[in-house]
Amino acid sequence: MTDLAVASQGLTKRFGSQVAVDAVDLAVPRGAVYGFLGPNGSGKTTTIRMLLGLISPTAGGHDLLGAAMPDHAADVLPHVGALVEGPGFHPYLSGRDNLRRLDAADRTAEARTSGARIDAALDRVGLSAAAGKRYRLYSLGMKQRLAIAAALLQPRQLLVLDEPTNGLDPQGTREVRTLVGQLAAEGATVLLSTHLLAEVEQVCTHVGVMHRGRLVAQEPLAQLRSDAAPRARVLTDQPAEAARVLRTLGLTEIAESASEASGQLGAVAPEKVVASLVHDGVAVRGFAVEAPSLEDVFVRLTGRGFDVSG
Amino acid sequence: MSQADVRRRVSSRFLTSELRLIAVRRRNQVGLAALAAVPVVLAVAMKVASPEGPPDRGDGPNFFSQILGNGFFVALAALGVELTLFLPIAVSMLAGDAVAGEANQGTLRYLLTVPVGRTRLLAVKYAGIVMGAFVAPLTVAVSGLVVGLLLFGGGDVTTLSGTQIGFGTAVLRLLLICLYLGVCLSALGAIGLFLSTLTEQPMGATIALAMLTVTSWILGQIPQLDWLHPYLLTRHWTDFGELLRDPVSPGGLTPGLLSAGAYIVVFLSAAWARFAGRDVTS
Ligand SMILES: Nc1ncnc2c1ncn2[C@@H]1O[C@H](COP(=O)(O)OP(=O)(O)OP(=O)(O)O)[C@@H](O)[C@H]1O
Ligand SMILES: [Mg+2]
Repeated sequence: MTDLAVASQGLTKRFGSQVAVDAVDLAVPRGAVYGFLGPNGSGKTTTIRMLLGLISPTAGGHDLLGAAMPDHAADVLPHVGALVEGPGFHPYLSGRDNLRRLDAADRTAEARTSGARIDAALDRVGLSAAAGKRYRLYSLGMKQRLAIAAALLQPRQLLVLDEPTNGLDPQGTREVRTLVGQLAAEGATVLLSTHLLAEVEQVCTHVGVMHRGRLVAQEPLAQLRSDAAPRARVLTDQPAEAARVLRTLGLTEIAESASEASGQLGAVAPEKVVASLVHDGVAVRGFAVEAPSLEDVFVRLTGRGFDVSG
Repeated sequence: MSQADVRRRVSSRFLTSELRLIAVRRRNQVGLAALAAVPVVLAVAMKVASPEGPPDRGDGPNFFSQILGNGFFVALAALGVELTLFLPIAVSMLAGDAVAGEANQGTLRYLLTVPVGRTRLLAVKYAGIVMGAFVAPLTVAVSGLVVGLLLFGGGDVTTLSGTQIGFGTAVLRLLLICLYLGVCLSALGAIGLFLSTLTEQPMGATIALAMLTVTSWILGQIPQLDWLHPYLLTRHWTDFGELLRDPVSPGGLTPGLLSAGAYIVVFLSAAWARFAGRDVTS
């Protein structure tokens, strides 16, 4: 299947008795910007490590760019730019020297163009001015930017970015979003692990959601949202009353706040909800039927609990 | 598929980068300076004190007594002194850092995704260690030779066989001694590379390797363990004195070279077996 940039079959990783990644079948189409979501500890980074051949799966396998991994790692990985679990560089080398080292390690990189490519990558992440500074003096966001620059040293067909916006300022976050858009426009596939759902809504074409090691959803973004059940939202100063009406009508997952009540519509017609509210004398200030936000979908898929899955 | 067009060049860029990384590191520079300082301290102390008898220091060739007569022996005495601990520690620092240091800093995962093949990574890392293993004794020798000539002058050198050789020939012998010690320390480095693949804590690997050297020296002093002595890492290190006989007996260094070769083969294989399929979770 060469129309998939990443394809895994039953990818599983066990650490001792814990199953960190459980039979994951990833399918990232070429050209997609794939948002890889999931709560802390749900197995995103572990999956990414397996994809890149850093750890070997307990079971299952995968292809990158149409070639089986890890057998073809030497052929495939030069086309893959990666950011895995935060930046990692030599503290006593400058940012530029760190990139020089990575470029020198790459047998497919041309020595002649090295300087120009490094400068271009630094420029792309806005780090040119700090390129000569020692890495240990970098701020969190500068370190993160350098890691992104390292992924961009060569033209890539696939970028695997594990939380690239971690620690970035709002401008940086926006630049990364723009960058991801540019890379996708240039034809690259991007696998983007992130916790920023607003990011995902703006840049991703596809979404995969991990929960306790399992891939619980994988769809084009638009489909994920339209599949999700629409909710009725009532703006009112009597939210308790409104919630009672919604409940009697058979709406589910009722939520109340100070100025609104909402519930999942299910089979109930919206006009019937409005009629009932008026009939029961609830003062309705506004009414809307909304597709749930990505955040709602995410919470529905992965649960409300704050505790990480151990 | 466009993967086919990837051309992998045979290039020394990564090796050069590795050597540069070792060379620019402040810690390594300070370590090398410390190695070079020992002969200076030693020569000055000898000059100031002019002791009646040579200090007693184990079973190695003893060159202290001759220092006052010829500066050449400062280099030899310094090598003998530093071989027990300082040189092994220097190599331990490099070797312990090799893989564990990259893991510790998080650079290992980025090298592997470049991609650098794991075998290639070990090869380059070991090349860096070997370079250190040769540079370290050479530094001691050069420093010792310079300070020795300055304080005590040069001249013909009396060999262990009692004959005289010219100063130029003696310096050539000194170079051969450094090369021999380089091989011995490379064997130590191979063990260090292996230890370095076992942990993400470079200091742990370094200390383990230094302790292993010390233990080897100590075991070598215990007569009841003479059955073990032929296998000890440090057993033949002091054989370098063979190069100061006249004529040099070619067989004198063979056991040391064979022993070092065996250690290198065994521990490089172990490092490879350990690292090639290991999960990199750092
Ligand atoms: N080397 C390891 N040994 C044992 N357990 C591990 C190891 N690496 C990860 N785990 C466990 O696997 C699970 C998944 O971790 P992973 O890092 O993949 O989560 P994640 O989805 O990337 O989380 P986050 O959003 O916090 O980055 C966690 O429970 C973690 O403790
Ligand atoms: Mg993670």
